[in-house]
Amino acid sequence: MKFGVLISEGPYTHEAADTAYNFVKSAIAKGHEVPRVFFYHDGVNVSTRLSVPPQDERNIQKQWTALAAEHGVDLVVCIAAAQRRGILDENEASRQGKDANNIAEGFRISGLGQLIEMGIQTDRLVTFGD
Amino acid sequence: MSDTKKFLYVNRRAPYGTIYALESLEVVLIGAAFEQDVSLAFLDDGVFQLTKGQKTDGLGVKNFSPTFRALGDYDVTKLYVEKESLEERGLSEADLQEIMYEDEDDDWEEKPSIRIVSRAEMVDIMSDQDVVLSF
Repeated sequence: MKFGVLISEGPYTHEAADTAYNFVKSAIAKGHEVPRVFFYHDGVNVSTRLSVPPQDERNIQKQWTALAAEHGVDLVVCIAAAQRRGILDENEASRQGKDANNIAEGFRISGLGQLIEMGIQTDRLVTFGD
Repeated sequence: MSDTKKFLYVNRRAPYGTIYALESLEVVLIGAAFEQDVSLAFLDDGVFQLTKGQKTDGLGVKNFSPTFRALGDYDVTKLYVEKESLEERGLSEADLQEIMYEDEDDDWEEKPSIRIVSRAEMVDIMSDQDVVLSF
Protein backbone atom coordinates (compact mmCIF):
# COMPACT_ATOMS: atom_id res chain seq x y z
CA MET A 1 0.00 0.00 0.00
CA LYS A 2 1.07 3.58 -0.65
CA PHE A 3 0.94 5.86 2.40
CA GLY A 4 1.15 9.63 2.60
CA VAL A 5 2.09 11.08 5.99
CA LEU A 6 1.22 14.48 7.43
CA ILE A 7 2.99 15.74 10.57
CA SER A 8 1.28 18.69 12.21
CA GLU A 9 2.95 19.10 15.60
CA GLY A 10 6.43 20.28 16.53
CA PRO A 11 9.33 18.10 17.69
CA TYR A 12 10.13 17.38 21.36
CA THR A 13 7.03 19.20 22.68
CA HIS A 14 4.86 16.61 21.01
CA GLU A 15 5.38 12.97 20.10
CA ALA A 16 3.79 13.26 16.65
CA ALA A 17 7.08 13.47 14.73
CA ASP A 18 8.47 10.45 16.64
CA THR A 19 5.38 8.32 16.11
CA ALA A 20 5.31 9.25 12.44
CA TYR A 21 8.99 8.29 12.13
CA ASN A 22 8.32 4.87 13.69
CA PHE A 23 5.29 4.42 11.47
CA VAL A 24 7.16 5.24 8.27
CA LYS A 25 10.10 2.99 9.19
CA SER A 26 7.77 0.07 10.00
CA ALA A 27 5.63 0.59 6.91
CA ILE A 28 8.67 0.53 4.64
CA ALA A 29 10.08 -2.52 6.49
CA LYS A 30 6.82 -4.32 5.79
CA GLY A 31 7.07 -3.58 2.08
CA HIS A 32 4.74 -0.58 1.87
CA GLU A 33 5.64 2.61 0.07
CA VAL A 34 5.88 6.03 1.71
CA PRO A 35 6.76 8.37 -1.13
CA ARG A 36 6.29 11.61 0.81
CA VAL A 37 6.00 13.08 4.30
CA PHE A 38 4.52 16.58 4.59
CA PHE A 39 5.35 18.88 7.53
CA TYR A 40 2.73 21.46 8.47
CA HIS A 41 1.84 23.76 11.39
CA ASP A 42 4.64 23.48 14.02
CA GLY A 43 5.68 20.23 12.31
CA VAL A 44 7.89 22.39 10.06
CA ASN A 45 10.22 22.88 13.05
CA VAL A 46 11.45 19.30 12.63
CA SER A 47 13.40 20.49 9.61
CA THR A 48 15.82 22.94 11.26
CA ARG A 49 19.38 21.68 11.30
CA LEU A 50 20.18 24.05 14.17
CA SER A 51 18.48 22.10 16.95
CA VAL A 52 20.95 20.66 19.45
CA PRO A 53 19.21 18.22 21.80
CA PRO A 54 21.27 16.68 24.66
CA GLN A 55 23.57 13.90 23.44
CA ASP A 56 21.69 11.15 25.24
CA GLU A 57 18.44 12.16 23.52
CA ARG A 58 17.28 11.32 20.02
CA ASN A 59 17.86 13.96 17.35
CA ILE A 60 14.55 14.00 15.49
CA GLN A 61 15.81 15.98 12.50
CA LYS A 62 18.77 13.65 12.00
CA GLN A 63 16.51 10.59 12.19
CA TRP A 64 14.37 11.97 9.38
CA THR A 65 17.37 13.06 7.29
CA ALA A 66 18.81 9.54 7.55
CA LEU A 67 15.49 7.94 6.68
CA ALA A 68 15.13 10.16 3.61
CA ALA A 69 18.64 9.28 2.46
CA GLU A 70 18.13 5.57 3.00
CA HIS A 71 14.67 5.17 1.48
CA GLY A 72 14.26 8.18 -0.79
CA VAL A 73 11.31 9.59 1.16
CA ASP A 74 10.43 13.09 -0.06
CA LEU A 75 10.34 15.34 3.04
CA VAL A 76 8.32 18.43 2.16
CA VAL A 77 8.01 21.45 4.44
CA CYS A 78 5.11 23.85 3.85
CA ILE A 79 6.51 27.19 2.71
CA ALA A 80 3.82 29.39 4.31
CA ALA A 81 4.04 27.60 7.66
CA ALA A 82 7.85 27.58 7.45
CA GLN A 83 8.15 31.30 6.79
CA ARG A 84 5.99 32.13 9.80
CA ARG A 85 8.26 30.02 12.00
CA GLY A 86 11.67 31.00 10.66
CA ILE A 87 12.47 27.92 8.61
CA LEU A 88 14.32 28.99 5.45
CA ASP A 89 16.31 27.40 2.68
CA GLU A 90 19.03 29.23 0.78
CA ASN A 91 16.67 30.58 -1.89
CA GLU A 92 14.07 31.83 0.56
CA ALA A 93 16.70 33.39 2.84
CA SER A 94 18.09 35.41 -0.03
CA ARG A 95 14.63 36.27 -1.39
CA GLN A 96 13.52 37.52 2.04
CA GLY A 97 16.78 39.34 2.73
CA LYS A 98 17.71 37.12 5.68
CA ASP A 99 21.31 36.48 6.74
CA ALA A 100 21.02 32.73 7.23
CA ASN A 101 19.11 29.60 6.35
CA ASN A 102 18.51 26.57 8.53
CA ILE A 103 16.86 23.80 6.55
CA ALA A 104 18.44 20.39 7.07
CA GLU A 105 19.59 17.99 4.38
CA GLY A 106 16.86 15.78 2.99
CA PHE A 107 14.10 18.35 3.52
CA ARG A 108 12.75 20.69 0.87
CA ILE A 109 10.45 23.68 1.13
CA SER A 110 7.44 23.71 -1.17
CA GLY A 111 3.77 24.60 -1.31
CA LEU A 112 0.58 23.16 0.15
CA GLY A 113 -0.22 21.74 -3.26
CA GLN A 114 2.25 18.99 -2.41
CA LEU A 115 -0.01 17.95 0.49
CA ILE A 116 -3.09 17.75 -1.72
CA GLU A 117 -1.15 15.92 -4.42
CA MET A 118 0.01 13.41 -1.79
CA GLY A 119 -3.63 12.86 -0.80
CA ILE A 120 -4.57 12.23 -4.41
CA GLN A 121 -1.65 9.94 -5.25
CA THR A 122 -1.53 7.69 -2.17
CA ASP A 123 -3.94 5.03 -0.95
CA ARG A 124 -4.07 6.39 2.60
CA LEU A 125 -3.16 9.72 4.12
CA VAL A 126 -2.20 9.34 7.77
CA THR A 127 -2.04 12.40 10.02
CA PHE A 128 0.18 12.60 13.09
CA GLY A 129 -0.96 15.53 15.19
CA ASP A 130 -2.99 16.56 18.17
CA MET B 1 -9.47 5.28 -12.12
CA SER B 2 -10.74 8.78 -11.72
CA ASP B 3 -8.34 11.34 -10.33
CA THR B 4 -11.09 12.96 -8.30
CA LYS B 5 -11.15 12.08 -4.64
CA LYS B 6 -13.42 13.12 -1.82
CA PHE B 7 -11.51 15.41 0.53
CA LEU B 8 -12.93 16.33 3.93
CA TYR B 9 -11.37 19.05 6.05
CA VAL B 10 -12.37 18.59 9.68
CA ASN B 11 -12.24 21.77 11.74
CA ARG B 12 -12.32 21.06 15.46
CA ARG B 13 -10.73 24.12 17.03
CA ALA B 14 -11.74 27.69 17.82
CA PRO B 15 -10.72 30.25 15.18
CA TYR B 16 -8.27 32.08 17.43
CA GLY B 17 -6.02 30.96 20.25
CA THR B 18 -4.20 28.54 17.98
CA ILE B 19 -3.27 28.76 14.30
CA TYR B 20 -4.96 25.52 13.24
CA ALA B 21 -8.13 27.10 11.87
CA LEU B 22 -6.30 29.67 9.76
CA GLU B 23 -3.80 27.16 8.40
CA SER B 24 -6.65 24.75 7.65
CA LEU B 25 -8.36 27.41 5.55
CA GLU B 26 -5.08 27.97 3.71
CA VAL B 27 -5.04 24.29 2.73
CA VAL B 28 -8.66 24.48 1.55
CA LEU B 29 -7.92 27.48 -0.66
CA ILE B 30 -4.80 25.94 -2.22
CA GLY B 31 -6.52 22.55 -2.52
CA ALA B 32 -9.40 24.09 -4.47
CA ALA B 33 -7.10 24.41 -7.49
CA PHE B 34 -6.87 20.61 -7.67
CA GLU B 35 -10.56 20.21 -8.57
CA GLN B 36 -11.32 17.53 -6.02
CA ASP B 37 -14.68 16.88 -4.36
CA VAL B 38 -14.23 19.03 -1.25
CA SER B 39 -16.30 19.20 1.94
CA LEU B 40 -15.65 20.96 5.22
CA ALA B 41 -16.82 19.73 8.62
CA PHE B 42 -17.12 21.92 11.70
CA LEU B 43 -17.43 20.25 15.06
CA ASP B 44 -16.39 20.72 18.69
CA ASP B 45 -15.02 24.28 19.12
CA GLY B 46 -14.61 24.38 15.32
CA VAL B 47 -18.21 25.63 15.10
CA PHE B 48 -17.00 28.98 16.48
CA GLN B 49 -15.07 29.50 13.22
CA LEU B 50 -18.32 30.25 11.39
CA THR B 51 -19.91 32.60 13.92
CA LYS B 52 -20.84 36.04 12.66
CA GLY B 53 -19.62 39.34 14.04
CA GLN B 54 -16.07 38.26 14.80
CA LYS B 55 -13.83 41.15 15.85
CA THR B 56 -10.14 40.57 16.33
CA ASP B 57 -8.85 44.15 16.61
CA GLY B 58 -7.80 43.64 20.22
CA LEU B 59 -5.95 40.43 19.43
CA GLY B 60 -3.64 41.74 16.75
CA VAL B 61 -4.49 38.83 14.47
CA LYS B 62 -6.33 38.86 11.18
CA ASN B 63 -10.08 38.22 11.21
CA PHE B 64 -10.22 35.58 8.49
CA SER B 65 -13.90 34.71 8.89
CA PRO B 66 -15.00 36.70 5.77
CA THR B 67 -12.90 34.28 3.70
CA PHE B 68 -15.47 31.53 4.36
CA ARG B 69 -17.98 33.55 2.32
CA ALA B 70 -15.64 33.42 -0.68
CA LEU B 71 -15.38 29.61 -0.68
CA GLY B 72 -18.30 29.28 -3.13
CA ASP B 73 -16.15 31.00 -5.77
CA TYR B 74 -13.66 28.16 -5.30
CA ASP B 75 -16.39 25.51 -5.76
CA VAL B 76 -16.25 24.68 -2.07
CA THR B 77 -19.95 24.57 -1.31
CA LYS B 78 -20.43 21.88 1.34
CA LEU B 79 -19.90 23.13 4.87
CA TYR B 80 -21.27 20.60 7.34
CA VAL B 81 -21.82 21.91 10.87
CA GLU B 82 -22.56 19.50 13.67
CA LYS B 83 -25.80 20.30 15.47
CA GLU B 84 -24.77 18.85 18.83
CA SER B 85 -21.53 20.86 18.87
CA LEU B 86 -23.54 24.04 18.31
CA GLU B 87 -26.04 23.17 21.05
CA GLU B 88 -23.37 22.19 23.57
CA ARG B 89 -21.94 25.69 23.16
CA GLY B 90 -25.26 27.52 23.36
CA LEU B 91 -25.17 28.34 19.66
CA SER B 92 -27.69 27.88 16.89
CA GLU B 93 -27.64 28.32 13.12
CA ALA B 94 -28.74 31.94 13.65
CA ASP B 95 -25.35 32.68 15.23
CA LEU B 96 -23.50 31.63 12.08
CA GLN B 97 -22.59 33.70 9.05
CA GLU B 98 -24.75 33.38 5.99
CA ILE B 99 -22.59 31.64 3.41
CA MET B 100 -24.06 31.23 -0.07
CA TYR B 101 -22.94 29.77 -3.37
CA GLU B 102 -24.31 29.90 -6.89
CA ASP B 103 -25.40 26.48 -8.11
CA GLU B 104 -24.19 26.15 -11.69
CA ASP B 105 -26.38 23.07 -12.17
CA ASP B 106 -29.51 24.99 -11.17
CA ASP B 107 -29.44 28.18 -13.23
CA TRP B 108 -26.93 29.79 -10.81
CA GLU B 109 -29.48 29.91 -8.04
CA GLU B 110 -28.08 31.12 -4.73
CA LYS B 111 -28.07 28.37 -2.13
CA PRO B 112 -26.72 28.10 1.40
CA SER B 113 -23.37 26.33 1.80
CA ILE B 114 -23.89 25.60 5.49
CA ARG B 115 -25.73 22.37 6.23
CA ILE B 116 -26.52 21.55 9.83
CA VAL B 117 -26.13 17.82 10.41
CA SER B 118 -26.47 15.55 13.41
CA ARG B 119 -23.53 13.75 14.98
CA ALA B 120 -24.81 10.50 13.48
CA GLU B 121 -24.98 12.08 10.01
CA MET B 122 -21.43 13.41 10.49
CA VAL B 123 -20.24 9.85 11.00
CA ASP B 124 -21.71 8.88 7.63
CA ILE B 125 -20.18 11.92 5.93
CA MET B 126 -16.75 11.01 7.31
CA SER B 127 -17.03 7.35 6.31
CA ASP B 128 -17.83 8.42 2.78
CA GLN B 129 -14.48 10.24 2.25
CA ASP B 130 -11.24 9.22 0.56
CA VAL B 131 -9.02 11.71 2.38
CA VAL B 132 -9.74 13.25 5.78
CA LEU B 133 -7.57 16.09 7.01
CA SER B 134 -8.20 17.06 10.60
CA PHE B 135 -7.20 20.45 12.01
